[in-house]
Amino acid sequence: MDEPLKIALRKQGIFTTTLQELYNWGRKNSLWPLNFGLACCAIEMIATTMARYDMARFGAEVFRPSPRQADLMIVAGTVTKKMAPQVIRLYNQMPEPKYVISMGACAISGGPFKQGYNVLKGIDRYIPVDIYIPGCPPRPEALIDALMALQKKIDEQHLTGADRPRHLNLDTPSEFPVPQFGAHDLEPSQNPEIWHPPLVHISLAGKDESGNN
Amino acid sequence: MNLETIKSEIEASVSGCRLEIIPNASPSEQHSLLVDAARAVAVARFLRDAAHLRFDFCSNVTGVDWPSKEISEKIKVKKILDGVEQEVEETRKTQSLGYLEAVYHLYSVEKKHGPFVLRLRTEDRENRAHLPSLTPVWRSAEFQEREIFDLFGIHFDGHPDLRRILMWDEFEDHPMRRDYVEPNDYEYEPTAHDEVLQKAKQHQNGVGC
Repeated sequence: MDEPLKIALRKQGIFTTTLQELYNWGRKNSLWPLNFGLACCAIEMIATTMARYDMARFGAEVFRPSPRQADLMIVAGTVTKKMAPQVIRLYNQMPEPKYVISMGACAISGGPFKQGYNVLKGIDRYIPVDIYIPGCPPRPEALIDALMALQKKIDEQHLTGADRPRHLNLDTPSEFPVPQFGAHDLEPSQNPEIWHPPLVHISLAGKDESGNN
Repeated sequence: MNLETIKSEIEASVSGCRLEIIPNASPSEQHSLLVDAARAVAVARFLRDAAHLRFDFCSNVTGVDWPSKEISEKIKVKKILDGVEQEVEETRKTQSLGYLEAVYHLYSVEKKHGPFVLRLRTEDRENRAHLPSLTPVWRSAEFQEREIFDLFGIHFDGHPDLRRILMWDEFEDHPMRRDYVEPNDYEYEPTAHDEVLQKAKQHQNGVGC
């Protein structure tokens, strides 16, 4: 059914929809985040849920203390290497469909602690991330923007076909290996199945694309 | 509160104790007292219990790493050159043994004075990196001695619960030591410069793995 016909029918009091629209509409408006924070970004996350910014407007106010009841993991803060296995274990315990927002510079790349020996250089080394929010910390508006971007992403998902989301495809994994504590670093130091270092021309570092300073 | 006076008082009351004042040339002039490890607990008890000192609060414990370094000294050696005995100057290079230090900052809440800086020094950085724990004297040293054990690798004998506190138990290195080699994860450096650029280049060439 095309869009103009739908609108014309709606004017006559007839509401038409598809199972896919209904399913995506229901899911995108009841994203329940997992109730945990790792550092200062979590304070902004708390502020986002409070009266001034009020994330409840988007159906995401029910922070669940159990991963079994949560749909959305907001990785809010610095993930230390000592904490990383627990974060990944929590992600594995969440039922599908599940989504990850990587909130702030630390969760994206290690942020200001990137050169440290004890900080994981981005949670996307071990679990797939849907939305990245830059900032140190990001303002509540940025988190709401990320939530709306995620809602848009969910709304555009097809329930059938080759591009259907992970939770409808039995061949794709919903759990990811938890790294072990090694003698010098986490082992393995990343999951090569889901993370590949972005290609950066190291010779161009500090220069523009033509090679000038 | 004079460091010289306290030093002579400790020497008078704790027998067989070797003390040394380590001067601090900076504007703070926070000179410290090096105590030999064997008598450290007795010295600590004296500092805490002596009626006019009463250092009842250990506010901070930290570690210092002094790696071994090359000392070159010029010495005059007698040599026979062309049949004639001559004095020749030669440089001799020796490797000094490195050591680790634990530094305690003490205050007195009762007498309202401080800080008093106490230093303990290990014999070397490897097998004999042992010091007596001062946790039985000041309870507040417990976590900070664990932190030094974790990050510097000093073993505190007599500590009630000596485990790693920041890194995981399986970790083997001591990150705050100067010869610590951090894990090589420089795959992705979007704005690399200086030292990080070198490491990222090494990683891309497959050298540093």
